[in-house]
Amino acid sequence: MIEVVSAERCVKCDVCVKVCPTDVFDRGADGLPVIARQSDCQSCFMCEAHCPTDALYVAPFSGPAPDGSPHTDEAALADAFGEYRRIVGWGRGRTPGSRADSNHIFTERIRSPR
Amino acid sequence: MTINEIDADVLVAGGGPAGAWAAVKAAEAGASVVLADKGYLGTSGATASAGTGVWYVEPRPEAREAAMASREGLGGYLADREWMARVLDQTYANMNELAEVSRYPFPVDDDGRQIRRGLQGPEYMRRMRVRVRRAGVRVLDHSPVTELLADGSGAVAGAAGYRLRDEHPFRVTARAVVLATGGCAFLSKALGCDVNTGDGALFAAEAGAELSGMEFSNAYAIAPAFTSVTKTAFYSFATFYHADGSVLEGAGSQRGRSVIARTLLTEPVLCRIDKATPEEQRAMRLAQPNFFLPFDRQGIDPFTDLFPVTLLAEGTVRGTGGIRITGPDCATTVPGLYAAGDAATRELICGGFTGGGSHNSAWAMSSGTWAGRGAARHAAELGGRATGRPVRALGEAGVRPAGPATGGHAEYVRAVQAEVLPYDKNLLRHADRLVPALDALDRTWRELAGTLRGEGAGLVRARSAAAMTAHARWMYSAALARTETRGMHKRQDLPEQDPSQRRRLVTGGLHEVWTRPETAALAVAS
Repeated sequence: MIEVVSAERCVKCDVCVKVCPTDVFDRGADGLPVIARQSDCQSCFMCEAHCPTDALYVAPFSGPAPDGSPHTDEAALADAFGEYRRIVGWGRGRTPGSRADSNHIFTERIRSPR
Repeated sequence: MTINEIDADVLVAGGGPAGAWAAVKAAEAGASVVLADKGYLGTSGATASAGTGVWYVEPRPEAREAAMASREGLGGYLADREWMARVLDQTYANMNELAEVSRYPFPVDDDGRQIRRGLQGPEYMRRMRVRVRRAGVRVLDHSPVTELLADGSGAVAGAAGYRLRDEHPFRVTARAVVLATGGCAFLSKALGCDVNTGDGALFAAEAGAELSGMEFSNAYAIAPAFTSVTKTAFYSFATFYHADGSVLEGAGSQRGRSVIARTLLTEPVLCRIDKATPEEQRAMRLAQPNFFLPFDRQGIDPFTDLFPVTLLAEGTVRGTGGIRITGPDCATTVPGLYAAGDAATRELICGGFTGGGSHNSAWAMSSGTWAGRGAARHAAELGGRATGRPVRALGEAGVRPAGPATGGHAEYVRAVQAEVLPYDKNLLRHADRLVPALDALDRTWRELAGTLRGEGAGLVRARSAAAMTAHARWMYSAALARTETRGMHKRQDLPEQDPSQRRRLVTGGLHEVWTRPETAALAVAS
């Protein structure tokens, strides 16, 4: 589930509020997005892919992270921010990840299991 | 309260691939089009967050023949060759449009030719959003439709809904409506599926439409127990284990999924994706990168470490049941109403089995194309006659209860989930368990239909709860009516396929649910 909105990285563009398919975010009074309905988060990572400044972190749990979990600690997560967007290949100067797609290999595999 | 009033030729409900293609093709046919999505066109639905194969087959007769023959047995011989051939043609055309019009960045083979047999959800749906908007379609994001409107003759004449971000209702009067709202996964949190609560099937039934194949509704996806990221295909490279490290015999991603389900009823199941070569491991990362995020972030290497797995319900998202189609333009039995994608039955090309991806993605773009064009044609034929016609709203349970209104949608959702998520009820089917489950669902429906009404955003949740309850009742009514094992519908009490039941089952009704065979048994394949 979504756990961290980095105030330091966020530019208050509202993209996450707009793109979240289950409407998890609200715009806060200061312009920063607020995780208003965390229980509606389905961990689809679409917010991370769309965030232009890599300010969001979705923890690897289908429920809320436990209290004191490193997955809610922005400082401990530094390298993880932006990881998914980099692989999807979105952002200036990047190559779309779909160019390297190899899903057809698995489609073949399912049609003729070895 | 002010209501946002909009008029259009065609309203498309749903912004996954089927809705997006429907909107584009309706607009290209000259219709004014509004697309309303529960979430956001570009991220909503089962496709946007996943990587998917596509049933894209070169137009060589022997290749097409092999493609059509490959799954007929798995599907219990309920598919239709004519529809398969149409979908293969249309999918081929649409994938080529994706390359040429949307400039989708396909991978290329060693000879520099594009490989057009798969799509990555985020990239695909981002480009579809661009195309929909360029076609002049008015897009309403975070604007779930909550009910259909009909004219005096019963023809569908638009829809009402609620704009979640601005917190006010809206109404679109339209000459035709395409339902592309997805299947129903009962809020199981299976990847991308929580917007898929079967809303379109409820709307369609309230308008008098029929459903088909609702017994083929017991799809479950393998997922690590700690997350919702599903990608069952990758588990064909896995071995499954008991907690003590011994191999769980017979377990597998395809034929052995019921072994996993039976074991999970009493003990945990562990997994390791230990049959993939290093090259295949690399390919998996490139095919669906988000599959690995939960592992990487927990420091688990799924190729060498054991991890616990679970099965997440995907209901009719990766089942094949849905709104019954009555014509090549994806019309339904109700004038002005069209259905596409997972909201519609996929039996026509899959029969009683689909693994998701491949056929479903081909069906979404093909049926979306036909429904969009069909709706545009219907709108043009109606023309000015539809202007200003009186309309009435058709919603009942969750919006206009029979008795005094109360809230409490969350309790109804839990009640439905208690009957449809457990493996021993829905996946491992037996009349001894289906009958009491259906009784419980009928009671839930009566109470809900009598009292539930939500306000504001609560209206959307109340209608989703009603849709899930109705969906579950159609599923189990059809599951009890099909007294045999066929396709994904496996009855433990009736494990044999019965040749006299080789026909599709039609289901419908809200207060009284009914089921009937569509035809006499189809001729045995030669």
